[in-house]
Amino acid sequence: MAKMTGKEMVVEALKREGVEVIFGFPGGAIIDVYDTLHKDGTIKHVLVRHEQGATHAADGYARASGKVGVCLVTSGPGATNTVTGIATAYMDSVPMVVFTGQVPTGLIGNDAFQEVDIVGITRPCTKHNYLVKDVRDLPRILKEAFYIARSGRPGPVLIDLPKDVQNQVGEFDYPEKIKLRSYHPVIKPHTKQIERAYKLIEQSKRPILYVGGGVVISEAHNELRELAELINAPVAMTLMGLGGFPGTHPQSLGMLGMHGTYAANMTMANTDLIIAVGARFDDRVTGKIDAFAPMAKIIHIDIDPTSIQKNVKVDIPIVGDCKIALQKLVEVVKKEGRPKEVWKERLEPWWDQIKAWQERHPLSYKKDDSVIKPQFVIEKLYELTNGKAIITTEVGQNQMWTAQFYKFDKPRTLLTSGGLGTMGYGFPAAIGAQMAFPDKLVVDVAGDGSIQMNIQEMATAMEQKLPVKIVILNNQFLGMVRQWQELFYERRYAATEFEVVPDFVKLAEAYGAKGFRATRPDEVEDTLRKGLETEGLVIMEFAIAREEGVFPMVPAGKATTEMLLV
Amino acid sequence: MRHTLSVLVENNPGALSRIAGLFSGRGFNIESLCVAPTLDPSLSHLTLVTTGDDFIIEQIIKQLNRLIDVYKVVDVSEGEFVEREMALIKVKAEDETRAEVLRMCDIFRCKVVDVSPKTYTIEVTGPESKLKAVIELLKPIGIKEIARTGTIAMVREKKTA
Repeated sequence: MAKMTGKEMVVEALKREGVEVIFGFPGGAIIDVYDTLHKDGTIKHVLVRHEQGATHAADGYARASGKVGVCLVTSGPGATNTVTGIATAYMDSVPMVVFTGQVPTGLIGNDAFQEVDIVGITRPCTKHNYLVKDVRDLPRILKEAFYIARSGRPGPVLIDLPKDVQNQVGEFDYPEKIKLRSYHPVIKPHTKQIERAYKLIEQSKRPILYVGGGVVISEAHNELRELAELINAPVAMTLMGLGGFPGTHPQSLGMLGMHGTYAANMTMANTDLIIAVGARFDDRVTGKIDAFAPMAKIIHIDIDPTSIQKNVKVDIPIVGDCKIALQKLVEVVKKEGRPKEVWKERLEPWWDQIKAWQERHPLSYKKDDSVIKPQFVIEKLYELTNGKAIITTEVGQNQMWTAQFYKFDKPRTLLTSGGLGTMGYGFPAAIGAQMAFPDKLVVDVAGDGSIQMNIQEMATAMEQKLPVKIVILNNQFLGMVRQWQELFYERRYAATEFEVVPDFVKLAEAYGAKGFRATRPDEVEDTLRKGLETEGLVIMEFAIAREEGVFPMVPAGKATTEMLLV
Repeated sequence: MRHTLSVLVENNPGALSRIAGLFSGRGFNIESLCVAPTLDPSLSHLTLVTTGDDFIIEQIIKQLNRLIDVYKVVDVSEGEFVEREMALIKVKAEDETRAEVLRMCDIFRCKVVDVSPKTYTIEVTGPESKLKAVIELLKPIGIKEIARTGTIAMVREKKTA
């Protein structure tokens, strides 16, 4: 067994875990690990401009690639700046390992310079976290951290590394296998439950598949599609589930919930059987709980038992990995179920009803020749990228328009902050995604509000020569809040109007990037084309209709059938 | 409804605050909490009394199980169980009440552990209901100070083979 310092153990473990790139920002309490990384030279380090950017970039890298994202930051403010990114990853179940430097163990608790109890601060928003007090524990902790981050329901794990532990010498005994007696995620679903689920499916005349981010995480998209096609069920997706089922598939109803399609919400309200897969009945999906799917029996597949029965009463809980559960379900349906054609016939009345809903209120917006409609920009973006780009979004109207008007066919092509709703997520996440896939087209759809929350990362993208494309839908408003004020606060626009918005084209140029602007609808296509074709980092700014809203909309606390339409 | 949970947890730093934080962060209620090491020094035994309907208790148990440090959770109040709590009660005892306090101690099988010219400090052990009764009866005499341990509990073993 080799003797090593703590800092060497960290670098060695990163290599053994197959980490190729990490995102970070150095400082006094982590300088030793940085020095070792630098000397070693095998792991690529991306220097960000703000630690929040590092966490979102690691998150984007993880969501796009399915690997663990890794961050390295210093103690105190470096550590606290990661909290938003950690909470974002926690809410959306993103595998991540965050290393924070810490003051030497002898100074812990003394309010030393740049000391903060980051393990205490991040306890509620990490899957697990560690303060390493002895270098002898470090190899085990490193191994456990990666294992916990990526297994079961994935999530962020934080390791706090005191400066003296980084320099202590110990045996590097890296465990081959993990033995955690208190942690056993259930992967294989219970066979009996699968059979009971099948019985309900067999009896159902108006089923719906309700699909969340779990399908994307467990890469269950093929199994899901097979099941959907076998039983001819309509499929509605959450924001996190977009791409888990092809948006262009004839059985897709698109997104459901607060800004979901009319057809998806009406189908959900009238179904007799919800087959929920990797989704957690978030309030943005259910609306008023008492009025949610009143006639429905519910089958709920989720790897996390706490997700089941948290918000709604479930008839058949199935704890396990979505992919395996769907595989088993498909097997049973194939073996015992009716032939596909019989299913098709049986659900014909249901589909007639759904098609009527689809025709009554399809997703739409009022076209305009004089002012740019944001939905039009997204539609054009979809056309020009052939739906093949990796899209990240910020949070707010830009996010919802993207979810509605860009059709995601493949998993891991939409990276967006669903659970926490973090403004400033999209651009650094795009940097992470582009690091994972240097040859793919990565586009961040942003609003003028949220892009300014992490705009400093333009320097990072330039430094790494990342050709990320940024689409800014500029209405000089915090648009989503403004929309609420318009609808529910008698147009009192309290603190939602930006009097000063930077010239984004000049801003791009200031960073050495390219910038294009469109102010009229007839410039949209050209601007997008030019922007997408230009090499390197590009901002495309669109001066959009200032008071455009996102519709349909279910007002908070209302039933999902009480939609405000265009 | 009142539930008594028995939780085995890894004896790791921060494990208790993870559990306490789970309750405060999710808006669950802790009525009492009692922790001490088990025979296996790497595990601690924690007894937690909480209230909630079946829905909430199910969530609490699942959320506890989700914590990496939690080894086992049992809702002991689902079946037969033994529960005990201890309290130290410093009660006013002057002139005519001195004998009264001693009589009460006798009835409830309490122990006097400290005596002063104006007080008795007594030790009471029993289920929460007994402690409640003692406290209620001593209140009119005058309780000066009270310290309680919180409930500890165990599932009763089957009496037949």
